[in-house]
Order: sequence, then structure tokens, then C-alpha cells
Amino acid sequence: MTDSASDTAQQTGTPTDAPSLLSVEDLVVEYVLGGKTVHAVSGVSFALGRGETLGLVGESGCGKSTLARALLRLTQARSGRVLFDGVDLATLRGPALRALRRRLQIIFQDPIASLNPRRRVADLIAEPLRIAGITDAVERRRRILDVLAAVGLDAELALGRFAHEFSGGQCQRLCIARALILEPELIVCDEPVSALDVSIRAQIINLLEAMKARYGLTLLFIAHDLAVVKAVSDRVAVMYLGKLVEIAPTERLFRSPGHPYTALLLQAIPRPDPEAPLPERLSVGEPPSPLAPPSGCRFRTRCPRAATRCGEQEPTLREIAPDQFVACHFPLGRDLSNGGAAP
Amino acid sequence: MRTGEAVAGSVVRNATEAWARLAAFGWLFGLALAWIAVIVIAAGLADLLPLPSPTDMDMLARREAPSFAHWLGTDRLGRDMLARLVYGARISLTVAILAPLIGLLIGGALGILAGYFRGGLETLVVGGVDVLLAFPPLVLALAVMAYLGQTLANLTYIIGILSIPAFTRVARAATLSVAKREFILAARAMGATELRILLRELLPNVILPLLAFFLLAVAVTIVVEGALSFLGLGVPPPAPSWGGMIGEGRESLETAPRIAFLPALFMFLTVLSFNIVGDTLRATTDPRQGAA
Amino acid sequence: MAVASQRAPAAGPAATALLRLEDVAVELPSPRGVLRAVDGVSLELEAGRTLGIVGESGSGKTMLSRAIARLLPRGAKLSGRVDFDGQTLSALGPEALRRLRGRALAFIFQDPMTSLNPVLSIGSQLIETLREHLGLETPKAQRRAVELLGEVGIPSPEQRLKHYPHQFSGGMRQRVAIAIALSCEPKLLIADEPTTALDVTVQAQILDLLAREQRQRRMAMILITHDLGVVAGRTDEVAVMYAGRVVERAPTRRLFRGMRMPYTEALIAAIPELEAPPHTPLKAIAGLPPDPTRRSPGCAFAPRCPRSAARCREAAPPLAGDGQHQFACWNPLGPSA
Repeated sequence: MTDSASDTAQQTGTPTDAPSLLSVEDLVVEYVLGGKTVHAVSGVSFALGRGETLGLVGESGCGKSTLARALLRLTQARSGRVLFDGVDLATLRGPALRALRRRLQIIFQDPIASLNPRRRVADLIAEPLRIAGITDAVERRRRILDVLAAVGLDAELALGRFAHEFSGGQCQRLCIARALILEPELIVCDEPVSALDVSIRAQIINLLEAMKARYGLTLLFIAHDLAVVKAVSDRVAVMYLGKLVEIAPTERLFRSPGHPYTALLLQAIPRPDPEAPLPERLSVGEPPSPLAPPSGCRFRTRCPRAATRCGEQEPTLREIAPDQFVACHFPLGRDLSNGGAAP
Repeated sequence: MRTGEAVAGSVVRNATEAWARLAAFGWLFGLALAWIAVIVIAAGLADLLPLPSPTDMDMLARREAPSFAHWLGTDRLGRDMLARLVYGARISLTVAILAPLIGLLIGGALGILAGYFRGGLETLVVGGVDVLLAFPPLVLALAVMAYLGQTLANLTYIIGILSIPAFTRVARAATLSVAKREFILAARAMGATELRILLRELLPNVILPLLAFFLLAVAVTIVVEGALSFLGLGVPPPAPSWGGMIGEGRESLETAPRIAFLPALFMFLTVLSFNIVGDTLRATTDPRQGAA
Repeated sequence: MAVASQRAPAAGPAATALLRLEDVAVELPSPRGVLRAVDGVSLELEAGRTLGIVGESGSGKTMLSRAIARLLPRGAKLSGRVDFDGQTLSALGPEALRRLRGRALAFIFQDPMTSLNPVLSIGSQLIETLREHLGLETPKAQRRAVELLGEVGIPSPEQRLKHYPHQFSGGMRQRVAIAIALSCEPKLLIADEPTTALDVTVQAQILDLLAREQRQRRMAMILITHDLGVVAGRTDEVAVMYAGRVVERAPTRRLFRGMRMPYTEALIAAIPELEAPPHTPLKAIAGLPPDPTRRSPGCAFAPRCPRSAARCREAAPPLAGDGQHQFACWNPLGPSA
């Protein structure tokens, strides 16, 4: 089982032969809520190549935030492996794990809550440096000024202030600065712009792209907004109820989605164009609860193409087009009459 | 690098900001703070003040009205009221501040650890605190004082220990609400050790509500000590204490009500002041944390 | 069939407007000084039409909606005139206002979890509204409640009457909130960011539901949102707010085909286009929204506007234009932008 999981991870990785920076194999994260088990992440595998941005999309309850935290070992995974630059994160403890954290950072959704309200900005930004053991105050200051300039904040004005004196967008810049100060290799962005206004969102997205270029970053960009994900990603992965249902290069996914859920998401996006037709008869009902996911394919309760087979056998990620992997018995673009088999 | 000017400038700026914030609290807060300051300083410097001895009896000048010799008059044994009030403040405040301090340090630490680490530790702490709460406090205090002796130290210890559960509860609640916020998670993601997170991230956010509760506990303790002394079960005579003075003043209520009334007034004002300061502090901690 | 194509009859003379606001302003006290959340807004809305109010945080759109229903926070000062259904609201006493709210004037809020009482079953919340405002007897109210739940698309409504809000998902709770809002046949429904907290697939369903109910009941609706995509297909008119003022107002199609106010254009441009290839840099609006406690004399958008001139900083432009399309700009975009 692990072999095919790592195969899938490798397969869905970048087309180049370079080893992936991040490789996730069959990750399972569950937790207990009021006596019942929540299947937050149920066997997710993918790989992230150095320098690429993978967008991870899904609606609430799909497990993407839990996945992000499990990647950084902020949440315990029940099974599965996470390999960062070839090293299995689960084997690391204490100082080794902390040393690794410098190379692997995270930005959260609520920028104001991510900053300690009782400490000044100078302390907040310097904290990673202190934890990393950089004792030279001059060196610390140089790095702080550097990174604040990079994210577009005036150090003079910012350093003495507290987080609550800044707007949401500025706080997110501070969080990005804090994540960048140790010059990590991979940053997991957990819904970094969802809590921000539309005009500020664009600023922060542009900033992330610029920082990615400047620092040579690899990004895992998690969001529920497909348009935002499209703007920054090289490849996009779609999650539904704890499972990865599709993963493909960005253009391909948006032009010809393979999974019915992806198509549903694309259809549902409100377009700022009064002439555009409104989505007709979107699937009925709402996502089932992760406490009791449906048998077989988890999307079958809302899928217009569901058949008996979907309830009996869970589909696995299969390559239906070059570099496009879909977990569906009857992917879109396939002829339904011959049972969804490849033409 | 900051020049001396910049440093001086920022000190002045910080001071004016702090003053402005204090002024914003209102005149009532200022009055309360002033009263507390007066009482604390007087109690602390009691030996240096030109006061008659609080224990010197003058049977010829019993229950005298206020005069130049005795600014607030004398009690039923001819002892100077003002001196007794000031020395009594010393006793009351000593117990009132030290006892909750025990509660704050022990209860606060237990509560923070329980709320942060959860799991078995939390169950142990909460269970232990519940056991302590199960003891009827007054009876336990009396039993301890009777068994170990009626001294100021024992009084302080027992009241302090009895205040631990309340502090544990407050600390745990505050910790629970702070620990689930994202900046704690961010610190962990940065690779901070748990100890570092506890001291640098959690504590500064939990200390204010704890401090506010501490001040309220001080107010309550003054009354508790007063009640015990009133019953004759607190600080033993001849050491003056407000509660004891109220008790002694009972028999003079018709001839010289002042003897019972003055210590009651002092106690009332002190408790009120601590309540006001504690309450104001508590009120400021909440909106600050939610400020957008 | 899109809502936009099914319009209520063309606007009659302004005297027949269901809702009219004249120079409405809301001032809020704040630790940093007086905050002018709404700064002189005038609007009309005809019966049966949908108005979309678009703005970012701090634009005043939520305060405006509260001002209409006079549901302002304590310490807020309201000025200006609000006429609803022929009555001037400022002339009404609190009892009359109370009767109006929930009956002729209904509200839906952003977060259904906090707008529904968590300790009462949804049935009792619905029935309470029906009894209070329509004076129905309990059995009748109960039947009507079941009907309403069915209308808003809640499966097995008889059983779900006894359930509590936490037993519903976000989308379902919002449907319940809509049922409560519609239960008394309101003339005007104000929906304040009704779908912002919901997933995108559920969002479309809820918006469809609102549109359908609005059509069937010939109800006027104000849809408040920050998402231009939401207003594009589902409103008759759009008003764009910035820093407490309406800066552009037009029938929806007209607005999207040719916006005059640079802020509106910048707002649309800042949305990542679904058709653009990945890594296309977004046209962000530089700077930050203005501090509402510090008003400058000129146009509030001037510091961030790519077309600002000296005149823009000196005086704030009034809302002007031809009857249907109005905008507040000294240097507007051309008619065929």
C-alpha cells in the first residue's frame, strides 16, 4: 500500500526528474469530537517540486486546513508519511524538528489573531531569529529592516507598534515578513487572503508572488476561492471531504476539469459580469459531514453522474490525461456509455 | 541605532501615553487609587509617623472625642484611635495582600499549566482543586488556627491556601481562551519550545486578567480577615486590626459609636477602592484584546 | 432565467419609492474620535426591485443597512431622513418601529449561527415570529412554519421544526433565517452579506433562493456584499460605497458596461480573472482605505486614485449624473470605458 501511495505521490509530482521538496504519502488525520471520529484527511498523497506553487482548493470541511497543520506537525497524523527534502518528519524530535521548522513555514488565515497582541512588531518579527539562536542584535536588526522593506512596510512606523494598530492587510504583511525572515524553502499559506478585502487581497497576492521570486520559495497555497488559486498556482489539487479528487496543471484544470466536483466549483463561482448566465440547477444538498462520509466515492451523494459502482468502489487517482489525475469512475470528458473506460 | 534624543523622546511619549490612558479611566479610579496609596504608605511608614503607640492605654482618657492629643479620639481603653487604625491597616493589608499572593502564585501557575497542557495534568489539577473547594472554608480556617496557633502567619497561610481554587479557575479559563488563538500556533510553527511559548506568548496575555482578579481577591480578603478578627478568631489582641476594633466597639455603640464606625469606614473605603481598581483593570483587558 | 432580465416595471416618479433615504449620516463614538461611518447617503428603492450595495470593510454599507431599520449600536447618532412605505421612520415611536421590523422590514445577517438563538428550537423561533407579527394561533402558526421551511428548501420540515440551530449546517441555518425573515411577508428584505460565510456551492443556492422568493413575493430587496460577482447577475441596480458615501450608482448592466468612478473600475480589476493565465499580476489598488476618524476635505479615494488631480484633494465631488447613472468623481472615466 505504501508503495502505490509513494508512487502516486511521485507521479502527481512535477514532470521533471528533480526530487520533490515535499512528498506526502497516504496521510490520514483523524480526531475525536464528542465521542465520534472526524475523518478530516483520509489518505492524501501528492508531491511538491522545488520552486513550484501548488494550489489546494476545497470547501469548508474538506480537511485542507487540517492537512496544512499536519504537514507542519502542528497536528498529529494517524498514519502516512510526510517527507521534506527526503527526511521523514515523523522521525524528527525536539531540536532536530525545531531546526527543520526554519525551512518550513506557515501563514494563517486570520492575520490579526496570528500576532501576539501584547508584543511590539519589532519583537514579533525578531522572534524567529531569537528562536534560531541568532544572538547578534545588529544582525537581527539588519534582517528585520530588510524583510520589512521587502514586504512593503515602513520600518520606522511599524517597529514600535502593536498588532492591533494595523489593518488586516498590513498584519498579513507582518506575518509574511515573520515567515520570511529565516529564508525558508517552503511556505504553506493557509487561506492567506480570505479574511481580507478585495482590494487588499490583490496586493497580498502580488506580494506573495514577488516574495516567491525574490526568495526562491516553494508554496502550498490553500484557499476556497478558485479565482485566487488560479492566479498563483502552477498546479491545482482539489479536495473533497478528506480526499484528493483531482490534481492537474492549472490551465488544464480550469479549461477541462476531470472531476464532477471541480466542474461544480467552477460553475458556482459568481462572475462579475451581468451577461454571464447564472448557474443552473447546481447539485442539490450540501457536503455530508466528515463524521460519516459516504461509502465508496464521497462525492456520489451530490454527483449528477453517480452510478451504483460509485457507492461500492472508491475511486483512486488515475491519470486521465498527461499530468492530470482524477479520482472518479466516470470522469468528465469520458464517454459514459462504455462505463467510463478509456476511449 | 537610537540616539539619546530618540530614547528620551520615546520615554516622554510613553509616559504621556500612559498618563493619558490613566486619565481616561476616570476620576473615580483616580480617587480609589489615591486612597489605596495613602493607606499603604501610612501602614508601611507607621513606625516613622508621629503617632502615639497603639497599645498604650490611658484609663483616664477613655472614649474621648477627637482632640489635639488624639485626632480621632480614643477607644474604650484609652488607646489612640488614629494610631490603632494605621497599625490595624498594616495588619489587614499584610494579610490581604500576602494571602491572595499565595493563591496567585500557586493557583495561577497550576491553572496555566492545566489549561495549556490539558490531558492528565488538567484532570489532576482540576480534581485537586475541587477537593480543596469541598472543605468548608471557615471551619477549616478555625480548625487550623486552633490547632497550629492563632498567629498572623498561620492566618495568612490558611486564607492563601483557600484562595488557590479561585485563582486556578481564572487562570485556566484565561489560558484556554488564549491558547487556542493562532499566534500560539504560529509560535509553535516557528519552532519555539513549550516553555518559551508559555513564558513569552501566553503569560503576557494571561497576566492582566489574573492581576485584576488578584485585586478583587485582596478586597475579599480584607473582609474575611475582618470577619475572623471581629469574632475574635483572627489576629490575637493586643495587636490592632480593623475587624477586632469593630468587635471591641460593639459595647460602646451608644456612648461612642465612633469607635466601631471609624474602622468600619476605613475597611469599607479600602475594599471599595480595591474593587474599583480591580474592576476597571478587568474591563480594560477585554476590549483591548478584541480591538480591530 | 436570470433575475436581471425579469425586472419590475420601470421606475415611476420618485414619490412612489418604497424606501427613500435623504442625506442619512451615522456617527459613532470611538476611542480615536468621532467616526462618520455613513456620510450623507441618499437613495431610493422602488417596490419589487433589488438594490445591491457593494463596498469593502469600512465603506459604511453595514451601518447604512442598520440605519434604515434604526438598529444602530448605542451611542450612535443618526441624522437625515428615512421614508419607508409612506412613513417617515424618525417620526415613529419605538413601539411602532418594533412592529415594523420583522413585519414589513426584514433582515438577514451574515452569520446565521449568531443570528439564531442557540437555545431555542428553530420551530419555536419561527412560530414566535408568526404569532407576534401576524397574530396567528399556535396550530396555524405551526402549519405555516412547516410550509415556510419547505419553501426555503429544508427537507423533512415537520421533523426539523424541533431541531436546534447547531444541528443544521451553515447553509441550512441561513435558509432558516430566510424563512423567519420571509414569514411575515415583508415589503423590504435587507440581506447583509448573506452568503459571505458560506461555501461557494451553497452560496449560489442561497442566492437563487432569495431571488426566487423576491420574484414571487414582489418584494424589494437590498443585497449588501463586498463581492461584485454576487451583484452582477442578481440585482437591478448597484450602489458602490466608499468611505461612507455612495460613489457610483446605476442599473446593474449599465454599471458593468461602463463604470465612471475609478474606484468601481479598480474594484473589478482587482478581482483575479478566471480567464487569465496563472501568475498574471493583479491590478491591486495601492494604499489603504481611509481612516474614518480623519476626514480629508477632498475625495476620499483621491490618495489611491490613478486619475486624481489637484481638484480631487480640495473638494469632495457630489453625486451627480443623469437620472439613472450617478457617480461622484471630478475626473470620471469615459462613457465607453
